[in-house]
Amino acid sequence: MKRYGTWKYLLIISILCIGIIYALPNLYAPDPAVQVSYNSSSQSPDSNLTERIETILADGDSETRIETTDDYVLIRTGSSDDQLKVKSALSNNLGGDVIVALNLAPTTPQWLSNIGAEPMKLGLDLRGGVHFLMEVDTAAAIKNRQNGTLQDIKRRLREEKIRYSGAFVEEDLSISVKFQSEAVFSEAKDFIEDNYSQFLGSPDSKEPLTISLVLAELEIDQIKSDAIDQNLTTLRNRVNELGVSEPIVQRQGKTRIVVQLPGIQDTAEAKKILGKTATLEFHLEAQLDTPRTRKTNYPFKGQQGPGADLQDAVILGGDQVATAQASFDENGLPQVNITLDGQGGGRMHRATRGSIGKRLGVLFVEQKTRTKYQIDDSGKQVPVLETYEIKEIISLATIRAALGTTFRITGLDSPSESSELALLLRAGALAAPMRFVEERTVGPSLGADNIDAGILSMELGMALVLLFILIYYRVFGIAASLALSFNIVLLIAVMSILSATLTLPGIAGIVLTVGMAVDANVLIFSRIREELARGRKPLDAIDAGYDRAFLTIWDANFTTLIVAVVLYSLGTGAIKGFSITLMIGIITSMFTAIMGTRAFINLVYGSKKDLSRLSI
Amino acid sequence: MIFNVDFMAWRKPALVVSSILILISVTSLVFKELNYGLDFTGGTLVELSYPESADLNSIRSTLKTAGYSGAQVANFGSNQEVLIKLPGSLSDTLGAEIITLLKSNAAGTEIDLRRIEYVGPQIGDELRDDGGLAMILALAFMMLYIAFRFQSMFAGAAVTALVHDVIVVLGIFSFFEFDFDLTVLAALLAVIGYSLNDTIVVSDRIRENLRSETDENTTELINTSLNQTLGRTIITSLTTLLVLFSLYLMGGELIKNFALALIFGVIVGTYSSIYIASNALIMMGLTKDHLKVEDAENPDPYDLP
Repeated sequence: MKRYGTWKYLLIISILCIGIIYALPNLYAPDPAVQVSYNSSSQSPDSNLTERIETILADGDSETRIETTDDYVLIRTGSSDDQLKVKSALSNNLGGDVIVALNLAPTTPQWLSNIGAEPMKLGLDLRGGVHFLMEVDTAAAIKNRQNGTLQDIKRRLREEKIRYSGAFVEEDLSISVKFQSEAVFSEAKDFIEDNYSQFLGSPDSKEPLTISLVLAELEIDQIKSDAIDQNLTTLRNRVNELGVSEPIVQRQGKTRIVVQLPGIQDTAEAKKILGKTATLEFHLEAQLDTPRTRKTNYPFKGQQGPGADLQDAVILGGDQVATAQASFDENGLPQVNITLDGQGGGRMHRATRGSIGKRLGVLFVEQKTRTKYQIDDSGKQVPVLETYEIKEIISLATIRAALGTTFRITGLDSPSESSELALLLRAGALAAPMRFVEERTVGPSLGADNIDAGILSMELGMALVLLFILIYYRVFGIAASLALSFNIVLLIAVMSILSATLTLPGIAGIVLTVGMAVDANVLIFSRIREELARGRKPLDAIDAGYDRAFLTIWDANFTTLIVAVVLYSLGTGAIKGFSITLMIGIITSMFTAIMGTRAFINLVYGSKKDLSRLSI
Repeated sequence: MIFNVDFMAWRKPALVVSSILILISVTSLVFKELNYGLDFTGGTLVELSYPESADLNSIRSTLKTAGYSGAQVANFGSNQEVLIKLPGSLSDTLGAEIITLLKSNAAGTEIDLRRIEYVGPQIGDELRDDGGLAMILALAFMMLYIAFRFQSMFAGAAVTALVHDVIVVLGIFSFFEFDFDLTVLAALLAVIGYSLNDTIVVSDRIRENLRSETDENTTELINTSLNQTLGRTIITSLTTLLVLFSLYLMGGELIKNFALALIFGVIVGTYSSIYIASNALIMMGLTKDHLKVEDAENPDPYDLP
């Protein structure tokens, strides 16, 4: 029989030890906790905050432990009832400068955390929470941009005293500018070619005396990408307002954004804040002499009544609002401070310097969708998605001086009105409207049930398989059982080290791995039995069995690995969760089923030179 | 376990059985189609838990009076759990609306929200396309690997067996109108992996025996190989089925269809590696000569890592 070198035993033992250590944190149940952080992310928690929290908690009867990290103060509680009590006590009494969020705090012992051992992350289907997938309407972003450019072209043509007879954004999102004579047309053509280089080719058109500006593909991609980045930032801020620990806000594919909010209880509220798919538009108020074709009447938000007329020209959009904050002026009256980005400041200045004494209106544009039912050609009723806009005035204030990058809106009735307006102005900082294309909400009770069901089915499956192979293979069955158990430990350790997310389909993947991992041992053991039947000596039969089965095991596992990798790279959600455990399980099972059992068998039989029969 | 079953004597009847199975499956897939779950159709799904057994009829009439026509209301797992489905609906707020409605209508009872799912129509289409793509890619990659490791005939035989398995399991889901959702799709891909496992083990043995000194013809030799691997085939299928049944029984409602697809898949996959893959090899005319060239380059197959 082949000797099994000391280094192989050492390797196996050290891998198993590392596996056990890194799988260990998963045994410690997390504490229901509440985390408190300052509103502005730059401000670290200080002793002042801790004292305020301690004072509030002293009144309650909940058992708590307070810890401070770099980012937040963590209050551990004994039960989820206490957790909710503490949360409501803190959010009611701490004031508006902090964010209070629910959290599940790991209870990993210090020595394990020191070596980087942390528990696996649990997916939303196991811990409860909301998953949103949002589609960014990038066409709207392009249209907005083109409208802005159109206003800019019109203004500059006027400044250059080049007279145009018409200018508008076409259906295909190109800009058309019409002229009355050949001379003006060629002058304008030169001017536009010099100043608007982002447009494709030479400004020509099918129609005579018309300049048609089509955006270059690269420019379109840039606008789309900017729009998504802007929306990502805005969503992150909104998620922070919600007070969630460990939220995920990230881009998926070209035009989508994923938002995951673990542990969220009030999904309607979350959706309301995230779903405020709104943009802003700044307009000057229409004057008496404004032609009727260039103005529109809008209602005031939350009010009945006649509303006000605004000019159709948009000064700037919500994507150019950098910040908006509610505060108080010198006289202690509520106001909102607004900061625009550089380009926005320039536009605002040009638009307002000649309009002092007139009023500036802010339009709040909400994008909503509703389902309508239509009868199609075959007479069937089909649902049709309809997007519609609601435009309302949220502010109409007199311009006191030419406005620049920063200005303020005063004359508000109450602090609540100013904070509401500031929130709306910030919320409007979306470059393009978004809508929900997928939502998955798992209530906390279902999450807990899923964990129970997952663990129960794993235990039962494991027990049945172990029982079967112990009866069927006896001593070799012990080797296979040990290998199988260590396979689970290693799988969990690798998942924890990679900080992969465990989901319910992931647990199914683990259970399936248990069933399939036995295959390697079954192959080896059947081969050993065959060799014994052919009359080989026991120890030689063991050698031959392991050797001959290896290639088969390798081929069989490698092909399954191919499936798992394809699944992982193409799948989303449930499929990804399943394939990750399958992938890791295949790799760890190869190690335990081949090297692990071999080491065990050699320990048991290796020293018995004149062995006459095997317990297989 | 030493077996001596004359599998190949049943080769022709098995061919007939498989043909009939495929025919029924394809017919069912064409005419009944798959009972696509929410993941693929798009729509809204709400699962609620009532403290006592829920009155489905009153929920149905409540929904109907409120104008939600086409809502499917059913128990889910137990008679306290209620599943409401609105397929094809396009509004993302339906879930919340329904919950508010039912809660206000059943004042006094604590209704626990288990889950809401909303899938927009284009997402459903995408998931279906991605799923199909994943299936084709997985098959293609494996065919390449087998052709590289074995021989192109083995690749052809393995893929024939896999396509057979996928069609039959899809057929079963279509015929019995089981819900076909994302987890079932994942299961189907796992079936491909599992069935291939089986086919490779058998093919490996056939290759080994083809290379050894023997007077048997290909059919006899395949029969011998099948018998040599039968013990392993039975035991592995058994342990896998054991864990699948524990998933089916204990894993909760969300995992049920996943486990079901795999249970059918394991049974069909085991059968197909005996009859479909081996049959295909015989029908493609595999002989010892097909492995000779490879032999010269690589005299001992166990030299590989």
